[in-house]
Amino acid sequence: MAGLRLEGLRITRAGVPLVALEAEIAPGEVLSVMGPSGSGKSTLLSAIMGTLAPSFAMTGLVWLDGCEITRQPPEARRVGILYQEELLFPHLSVGGNLAFGLPRAVRGRAARAARVAAALAEVGLAGFADRDPATLSGGQKARVALMRMLLAEPLALLLDEPFSRLDAGLRAQVREMVFARARARGLPVLLVTHDAADAAAAGGCVVELG
Amino acid sequence: MRPLRGAPLLTLLVLLGPVTAGLVGTLAPALGVFPALGGRALSLAPMAALAAWPGLPGAVMLSVGVGLAATVVSLAIVVLFVAGWQGTRAMAGLEQALAPLLSVPHAAAAFGLAFLIAPSGWIARALSPWATGWERPPDLLIVQDPLGLAMVAGLVVKEVPFLLLMTLAALPQVRPAQRMGVARALGYGPVTGWLKAVFPCVYAQIRLPVYAVLAYSMSVVDVAIILGPGTPPPLSVQVVRWMADPDLTLRFQAAAGAVLQLALVIGALGLWRLGEVVLGRLGRVWAEAGARRQGDGVLRLAGLGLAMLATGAVIAGLAGLGLWSVAGLWPFPEAWPETVSARSWLRHGPGLLAPGLETLWIAGAATALALALVLACLEAEHRFGLVPGARSLWLLYLPLLVPQVAFLPGLQGFALMLGVDMGRGAVILGHLVFVLPYVFLSLAAPWRAWDMRYASVAAALGAGRGRVFRQVRLPMLLAPVLTAAAVGFAVSVGQYLPTLLIGGGRVQTLTTEAVALAAGGDRRAIAVTALAQTLVGMAGFALALAAPRILWANRRGLRAG
Amino acid sequence: MRRFAVLVALTALGPGAALSDPDPSDWQAVLEEARGQVVYWHAWGGAAATNDFIRWAGDEVAARHGVRVEHVKLADTADAVSRVLAEKTAGKDTGGAVDLIWINGPNFRAMKEAGLLFGPWAEDLPNWRYVDLDGKPAVTADFTVPTEGLESPWAMAQVVFYHDTARLPDPPRSMAALLDWAAANPGRFTYPQLPDFLGTTFLKQALYGMIEDPSVLQRPADQADYAAVTAPLWAFLDDLTPHLWRQGRAYPSSGPRQLQLMADGEIDLAISFSPGEASAAIANGQLPDTVRTLVLEGGTIGNASFVAIPYNANAKAGAMVLADFLLSPEAQARAQDPDVLGYGTVLAMDKLSPEDRARFEALELGIATLSPEELGPALPEPHPSWMRLIEADWGKRFGLAE
Repeated sequence: MAGLRLEGLRITRAGVPLVALEAEIAPGEVLSVMGPSGSGKSTLLSAIMGTLAPSFAMTGLVWLDGCEITRQPPEARRVGILYQEELLFPHLSVGGNLAFGLPRAVRGRAARAARVAAALAEVGLAGFADRDPATLSGGQKARVALMRMLLAEPLALLLDEPFSRLDAGLRAQVREMVFARARARGLPVLLVTHDAADAAAAGGCVVELG
Repeated sequence: MRPLRGAPLLTLLVLLGPVTAGLVGTLAPALGVFPALGGRALSLAPMAALAAWPGLPGAVMLSVGVGLAATVVSLAIVVLFVAGWQGTRAMAGLEQALAPLLSVPHAAAAFGLAFLIAPSGWIARALSPWATGWERPPDLLIVQDPLGLAMVAGLVVKEVPFLLLMTLAALPQVRPAQRMGVARALGYGPVTGWLKAVFPCVYAQIRLPVYAVLAYSMSVVDVAIILGPGTPPPLSVQVVRWMADPDLTLRFQAAAGAVLQLALVIGALGLWRLGEVVLGRLGRVWAEAGARRQGDGVLRLAGLGLAMLATGAVIAGLAGLGLWSVAGLWPFPEAWPETVSARSWLRHGPGLLAPGLETLWIAGAATALALALVLACLEAEHRFGLVPGARSLWLLYLPLLVPQVAFLPGLQGFALMLGVDMGRGAVILGHLVFVLPYVFLSLAAPWRAWDMRYASVAAALGAGRGRVFRQVRLPMLLAPVLTAAAVGFAVSVGQYLPTLLIGGGRVQTLTTEAVALAAGGDRRAIAVTALAQTLVGMAGFALALAAPRILWANRRGLRAG
Repeated sequence: MRRFAVLVALTALGPGAALSDPDPSDWQAVLEEARGQVVYWHAWGGAAATNDFIRWAGDEVAARHGVRVEHVKLADTADAVSRVLAEKTAGKDTGGAVDLIWINGPNFRAMKEAGLLFGPWAEDLPNWRYVDLDGKPAVTADFTVPTEGLESPWAMAQVVFYHDTARLPDPPRSMAALLDWAAANPGRFTYPQLPDFLGTTFLKQALYGMIEDPSVLQRPADQADYAAVTAPLWAFLDDLTPHLWRQGRAYPSSGPRQLQLMADGEIDLAISFSPGEASAAIANGQLPDTVRTLVLEGGTIGNASFVAIPYNANAKAGAMVLADFLLSPEAQARAQDPDVLGYGTVLAMDKLSPEDRARFEALELGIATLSPEELGPALPEPHPSWMRLIEADWGKRFGLAE
C-alpha cells in the first residue's frame, strides 16, 4: 500500500521510553505531531530518516509505499526532510545545491542544468543558479531548500518546524507553497511543530506527544 | 567502513606506542640495565649517582620554578586579556596575529628575545649612550640569570599565543555573551563578571592545554640553552649534557635524570591540580560574596598591556633577527647596523636549500598522515556514535605531557633494534607523535560543532556517507581543516630532538641546522636560519588562510565563521 | 683492533659483513670500492667557515673519486658517539649511520676503549707519508692516548688569546698578569662553560703555568697527587672568578660565542683554539679589524684534530678516501689559508715536493694571525684523566654559581 506507515514505533534512551507512535499517512495527506520541546519530536524524525544517534534504541517498523525501510541506510530511504533552517550548502551555488539533490539518472551537464533552471523558475527564482546562497533572502532560501528536496524525488516528506523562523507574512506563504507541492506530488507528509497554527494549516490529523 | 572503525585504535597506537616504548627504553638504564655499556643487572647506582650530583637541588628547583612561573604568568595574561577584551576590536586584532605568532619556532623566538633584552641588546642600544651613559654594554646578568627569569619570559611569549588560541576555541561552547549579559545586568564589572561567571567553565575546557604548557615549560631544552642559566642549568638540559658526555658511563645517570624529570612533571601536575581545587573553593566563596567591581579598569589595562608586551616582544625579536641577517659590522651602542648587505643570506642561504626541502617534506608528510588519521577518527566517531571520553583526551595529550628527554632516547634504541631508524620515514613517524595531538585538538572542536542536520539533509537527498564526507562536510570545514594542518605543519617544523635522535643525524632540517649553528653563536648565521625556519612555518599558515578565501571568494556563508 | 672487528663480524646479523671490510693496504681496491659510496661525515656544525670547508672537500672528493660526502652538522661531537653506541646497543653492527667523525681527545678515548672504532687504517693512507711525525707528536698521541692508526689527523690547533687593541692595547701575557688585569677591569674576561672543551683548555693552560714539573700531566692523574697539583689552579680561579664577566655567575656556552661578546664590546680578551679564528672573523665582518692575537709566555697547549671511522660504518672505503684527501697538501694548504679556516697543517714541509711547499709559502697570514715563530712551541695536552677530574671539580666549585 502507498504512503508512510509507522508500525509500533517505540524509541527509548537508556531504557527510558521517549516516543511511541502508531501512524499511517496516505499519499498527499499530512500528519501533524505536536508537543513541547524535549518531547522527542525531532528524535522521531531521525528514526524515520535512519539517522538516530546510537544512544537511542528503536523498535517497530517503518513502511514506505509498501516497502519496509527500517534497516535501510538514510540515503536509500527516499525520505525527504526540511528543517527550521534552510541548511543550504554554503560552499555550493544555488544551482549547485539543487544539482546535489538531482538524481544521477538525469545525465549530461546540459540536461542537469536545464532541470535545475526549470526548478528555479518554478518557484520564481529564474536566473538564480549562479548566486551565492548566503546572499538570498529568507523566503528565497526556503524556496531553494524545498525545490532541492523535491528534485531528489522523495517518496515522503518530513517537516521539522520548517516555518517557525519565518515572520508572519512569509510564513503563511511558504507553508502554503510546501503543502501545495507535497499534495501535488502525492507525498505523505509528517509535520512536527509546537505551533497549532501550522497544524491547523496542514489540515490533517494531529497527534500530541509528551 | 571496516578500516574506518579501526582508526581510533590505530591513532592511539601511533601516539602511545612510541611513548611507551621510549619510556621503557629510558627506565631500563635508569635502573642500571644497558647491556652495551656492561649494565646487565638491576641496580640503584644510577639513581645514587644522580642524587650525588651537587647541582641537583638547584636544577630541580629551576625546572619546577620556571615551569610553574611560566605557566602561571601565561595563564594570567591570557585570562586577564580575554576577561577585559572579549568581543572587542583589540581582541580581533590580536586574533589576527595569533596564527603567525604560533608558527614562530620556540628557538627563533628565544633568539629574538635574547637579542632584545641582553645588556648588549636592542633595548640597551636604543637607550645608549644618551639615556644610560653606557658606551659599552653593562655587566648585568639579564640573560641566563640564575633565577631563570629570562627563560620564563621566553616561554611566556610563546605560550600566551597558544593558550589564547585554546581559550578562544573553548569560549563559544560556554556562551560567554549570554553569561556576561547576565553578569553585567546584575551590576558586575567586565573583568570581575568574566572571572566569576565565565572563567570557571572556560578553565575546565583548557585544563589539558594548561597542563601541556606546564609539562613543556618544565622540560624544554632549546629555550633553556638559549635563555636559561647554566650554573646549574635546568634538569632537562643537564640530562641532555650527560647524554652527550664523552664519558659513556654518564648515560646511566642521564637516564636516571630523565626518569626524575618525568617524576617532577607528574608531581608538578599534581601540585597544579591541588592548586585548582583550592583556588576553585576560594573562587566560589569570592563569587558568592557578591563584590561587583574589583579593580576592573586596572586589570583590563594590565591584561591588554601584558598581552601586547608578549606579542610585541616576539615581533620585535624577529625584527631584530631580520636586521642581524643583513647587518654588516654592528658595534654597541649603535641602534642600527653601520652597513647593510645581503652577504649573510648569500653565504648561508644556499646551504639552507636542502634542509629547507627536507623540512617541507617531513612536515608535509607528517601533517598529511596526521590529518588523515584525525579525519578518520572524527568520521568514525560520527558514523559509529563513538563517544570520546575524558580518558581518550588524556591519551591524546600524553605525548605533550611526557617530557621529550624522558622517552626519545629510549625510543631511538627501539627504532634501532627494529631497524627502522635513520630514514626520513622514521623521522616522519616520530614527528607524527607530536603533530597528531595538535592537529586533533585544533580540528576536533570545529568538526564536532558542525551542524549534523546538513548530513541528514544530504542523506535525504540521496547522498551516501562517503559523499556527505567528501562533498559536504570536508568542503564546508575546509578552513578549520587547513588551519589544523598549518598548526601541525608548524609543530613539525619546530621539532629538534625527535629529528636528531630518530634521524641518526642524517636527516637535517632547518631546525637541526639552527640549533647546530646556535652552538657557534654567530648572530648573523643564526638570524638567517631562524628566519628561514620561521618563514617556512608561517608559509603554512598563510596558505591555510589564503586558500579558503580564494576558493570560497564567492561564498559569504563560509567567510563569516 | 683488527681482531675486534672480526669478532664483531662473526657475531653480526649479516653473514660476513665486516669480513668484507676494505683493506687499507690495497689502496687501489679501496678507491674502487669507494666509488659511488655516500660518506656521512659527522662534524661539529657550529662555524660557517668549517661548514664551507667541508662542503668544498666533499665537492672535490666527489669530482675526483666519485665519493659523495654528506656533512651531518652536530651541535656536539658526542652526539655522533652516542649514535654509534646506540647502534651497538641495538646490535646494529653493520650499515651504521656514521661513516666518519671529526674527533679528538676524550671522545676518541671513549670510543677506543668501548671498541667502537674501525681500524687500524690511518697509517696506510697514501698521504700519510707527508705527516710530520717528528715535529708534531700530537698527530699520533691524541691527548697522550696513542692513536694506533684508528684515527687520521687533519689539522693542528694551538691555544691563542685574542683581544681588541682599541680597548685593550697591552694585554696580559701570563696567568698572573691576567688576574691583575681582570681585578682592575672586572667583567671583561670570561671563558666557555665547562665541559666545553675550550673552557677545559683554559683551565689546563692555567694549570701549566702553575706547576713545577709539567711532565706529571702526561701520566694518568691517579699516578700523581691530583689535589696537590691542582691546588694552585683552584686558588687562582677563586681569585679570578669574581672579576669575570657576569661575576662568573654565567658563562658563554661555547668558544665562538665569545666572538659575539667581543663584537658587542662585552669582553676584551678571549681564548681560542684556532690561531686563525680572529683573522677569519675579521674577514667576514664578525669582529672589528682592531682585534689581534697573542700567546702566553711559556707557550700554549696545542693538539691535533682527527677523523675516525666507527666499527659499523657503512662506507668505510669512502671514509678512508675522504680522510686521505684531507691529508693531501692541497687540502691542507687550503685549510691553512686564513681566509678559509686558518688551521695549522699536520704535514712536514720538508717531506713535500717543491710545488706543494709553494702552496703553503704562498699563503698570506691573516691580519690578526701570528706567524709560526710567534706562536712558539706547543705544549702537549695532558692525559684525558686530568680533564675529567678538572671538569668534575670545576662543576662542583664554580658550576653552581651561588
